Amino acid sequence: MDTPAITETGEAPSGGWCTGVVREVRHPNPDAVLLRLEVDGRTQHLPGQHYVFRLTAEDGYTASRSYSVASSPADPLLEFYVERLDDGEVSTHLADVVEPGDELELRGPIGGWFVWDGSAPAVGVAGGTGLVPLVAMLRHARDLGRPDLISVVVSARTRAELPYPDELGDQTVLLTREALDGRAAGRLAAADLAPVLDRSPGAAVYVCGSAGFAAAAGDLLMDLGVPAGLVRVERFGPTG
Amino acid sequence: MAKVTRGFVGRRRPQQPGRLPPGQYDVGRDWPVLTAEITPRFDPDDWTMTVDGLVERPTTWSWEEIQALPGSEYRGDIHCVTTWSKFDTRFGGVSVDVLLEAAGPTPGAAYVLATSTTGYTTNLPLSDVTGGKAWVVWTYDGRPLPRDHGGPVRLLVPHLYFWKSAKWVTRLTLLERDRPGFWEVNGYHDRGDPWLEQRYQGD
Repeated sequence: MDTPAITETGEAPSGGWCTGVVREVRHPNPDAVLLRLEVDGRTQHLPGQHYVFRLTAEDGYTASRSYSVASSPADPLLEFYVERLDDGEVSTHLADVVEPGDELELRGPIGGWFVWDGSAPAVGVAGGTGLVPLVAMLRHARDLGRPDLISVVVSARTRAELPYPDELGDQTVLLTREALDGRAAGRLAAADLAPVLDRSPGAAVYVCGSAGFAAAAGDLLMDLGVPAGLVRVERFGPTG
Repeated sequence: MAKVTRGFVGRRRPQQPGRLPPGQYDVGRDWPVLTAEITPRFDPDDWTMTVDGLVERPTTWSWEEIQALPGSEYRGDIHCVTTWSKFDTRFGGVSVDVLLEAAGPTPGAAYVLATSTTGYTTNLPLSDVTGGKAWVVWTYDGRPLPRDHGGPVRLLVPHLYFWKSAKWVTRLTLLERDRPGFWEVNGYHDRGDPWLEQRYQGD
């Protein structure tokens, strides 16, 4: 039987509905949008937490989706990096329609499990935009003057699709469809994880990515002997 | 309450009136996976289902024994707090009523805490898992329940948000007082009725 994995109680902040004013819209690549929002008197988040976005049409129809925060708690603005899904109802609106000055309804921060407060070493394992909450952790570690506290392994399809390439420094990057720095194209493997885990024995491991990526990463971590109780997982599905 | 979002039209699918709870959307044929822990590995020889706590006869079933109980099926919709709903699902297993009948709840039992092999827990009023409203299931669409979706065995409480339907369930503990489970202490609503949109604490 596995070690009980999730028995701790959460002590994370939690916020209600608020209005975010869009201050900045960027398109880091054709399939993503980066939004920076100002929220008056917002509840301070911890890296790893998310917000719910609620869009409302003229007739009252609404659509809501959750997105992880990319900014560190010290950032005066809230930053989100959203993958644009062609058949997505919310992500296409955020990517194609939203402009600076728009107001968006948000609820958060939410989530007491996939959070990191910067008090202990951590390892992040991300697939694609699963990197976003880990970027918040990397930035937070930098703000604390402890960039050594967190190591990240991130997998993307191509260099062009890798989120936040400029913030990854000497973190481990692998690409599934392109060779990179002598590593052949290919999925996440034990050899990608082992050196990072060896450097941080006993660290909590944060896994974030698609369901398929998270399942594969979870199996690799178990094969490498990481106790299930140290692993926190956030999976996302095709929720547009 | 809700402000109109400039330029938002939405992509509505035709819906049968009254079928989709507020704030939910029809996910179609997809079935997103949402869990907080590593998907556990499973050995049928090790797995057991136990009903304990405030019962006359604490009872444990092996994998073979639980499948020999009178079977029962749920056909209908499921609703996840992350806003997707999935219509026309079909799960097979055993009614929680059958398990409780074997164990015999004592008069003081009012709540149940479901525990998974991973340590995940979720809490429910006893009245939400009795009277044909809850199942312990191991098939989906006639096939073994996939591991990512809680296989081999999960709790199914389809009238509440799906985090109440604990994956990899192994124990139901009957209690006198409510004891918040994993998501319930991590910011989510204690009961989770999708028709009342009880998503988060304070809803």
